[in-house]
Amino acid sequence: MASQEVKLLGFWVSPFSIRVEWALKLKGVDYEYIEEDIFNKSSRLLELNPVHKKVPVLVHDGKVMAESFILLEYIDETWKQDPLLLPQDPYERSKARFWARVAEEKLLEYSFTAMCTHGEKKEQALKSAVEAAEKIEEEMKRNNKKFLGGESIGYLDLAMGWIAYWLPVWEEVGSMQIVDPSQFPATTAWSKRFLDHPVIKQNLPPRDKMLVYFHERRKILGGLV
Amino acid sequence: MAEKVVLLDFWASMFGMRVRVALAEKGIKYEYREEDLKNKSDLLLQMNPIHKKIPVLIHNGKPICESLIIVQYIDEVWNDKSPLLPSDPYKRAQARFWADFVDKKVVDAWIKLRSTKGEEHEAAKKQFLEILKTLEEELGEKPYFGGETFGFVDVAFVTFYSWFYTFETFGEFSTEAEHPKIIAWAKRCMQKESVAKTLPDQQKVYEYVLGVTKRSLGE
Repeated sequence: MASQEVKLLGFWVSPFSIRVEWALKLKGVDYEYIEEDIFNKSSRLLELNPVHKKVPVLVHDGKVMAESFILLEYIDETWKQDPLLLPQDPYERSKARFWARVAEEKLLEYSFTAMCTHGEKKEQALKSAVEAAEKIEEEMKRNNKKFLGGESIGYLDLAMGWIAYWLPVWEEVGSMQIVDPSQFPATTAWSKRFLDHPVIKQNLPPRDKMLVYFHERRKILGGLV
Repeated sequence: MAEKVVLLDFWASMFGMRVRVALAEKGIKYEYREEDLKNKSDLLLQMNPIHKKIPVLIHNGKPICESLIIVQYIDEVWNDKSPLLPSDPYKRAQARFWADFVDKKVVDAWIKLRSTKGEEHEAAKKQFLEILKTLEEELGEKPYFGGETFGFVDVAFVTFYSWFYTFETFGEFSTEAEHPKIIAWAKRCMQKESVAKTLPDQQKVYEYVLGVTKRSLGE
């Protein structure tokens, strides 16, 4: 194949752009990473993603694409080498897509809100986050393999990877607990295995910087949420 | 092996309609079960315990939830005719992006439109029209969002056409006047049997929404 130019626009602490980096690195795809300041968006970003004005954006041989879950599927369909990210079976694929959305639309949303708010708003968000985590824990329990993708990391592991690393930071910043290891043994065990994977371990933002960053976000958003 | 396909749905749901259109495009025989959203069946609660929402497709006893996930499933399993997603990965990414855009933006804008007054309502109307403008630009001169043939994005968005009279009445605008290409596209889609036979009458949808709105306002 002719030389493939792959560029990824991301933000150092975004779980959305990092999950795409994980996918590219797992597949051994070379790419140029471009750091975007999402608080001071470049004309390049606005040009490449005028609809949402967000990272990540993937550019492959001039083809521009956005939305991290969509990018994971594109990567899997384009670079067909191991690890195969999505299940082969259509039903299993539909389940992976379903649970990715549950984790994103419920657990992530509520956890982040709980981190940024206080009082009753926080209590409500926290309760909803724990409910979502419980459902995910059941799925984790049902999966008796090393990863949700089987023996190798798959789409759903990448989609949920933020739970292993970002969530504990948010819990600390928000002085709250959502995934109590004693109540969520399967999720906790999966998180450890996920973070232990050499590719994942080497591609995580520094925790101390994350704490500073999210403390700041909490302050700023706390007034608005 | 006999395929058993059951769809748990609600007649006015633009999400449920997406699945009905996809099933019709593929010529799949299925059992349609109308759900009373105020009194959800045990089967629905069992098949979609997480969200307790329609549509749910039950294929040989296994449930698939979330309309766009169901449509992709249908496209992948019944892959012998009427492909909804293109085969090229980049075109697939684009199709998924725009279907996702419809999901993320249109319903949100509608909710704002129906629940606001005064200045907020004007802002909601502006936002709704912006969304239609973006979609109209994406459509461009193509007959369908999918290009020459009816595809995934068309399925994702055309079902909202049955709600246009509702949106326009609540929003006090005319899509035909503001974004005629969208109307032309919708009418083109309505020429397809799968769409025409699925979409309910716009007036019927409006009366339903009016009824729901009145009830929620305690009238």
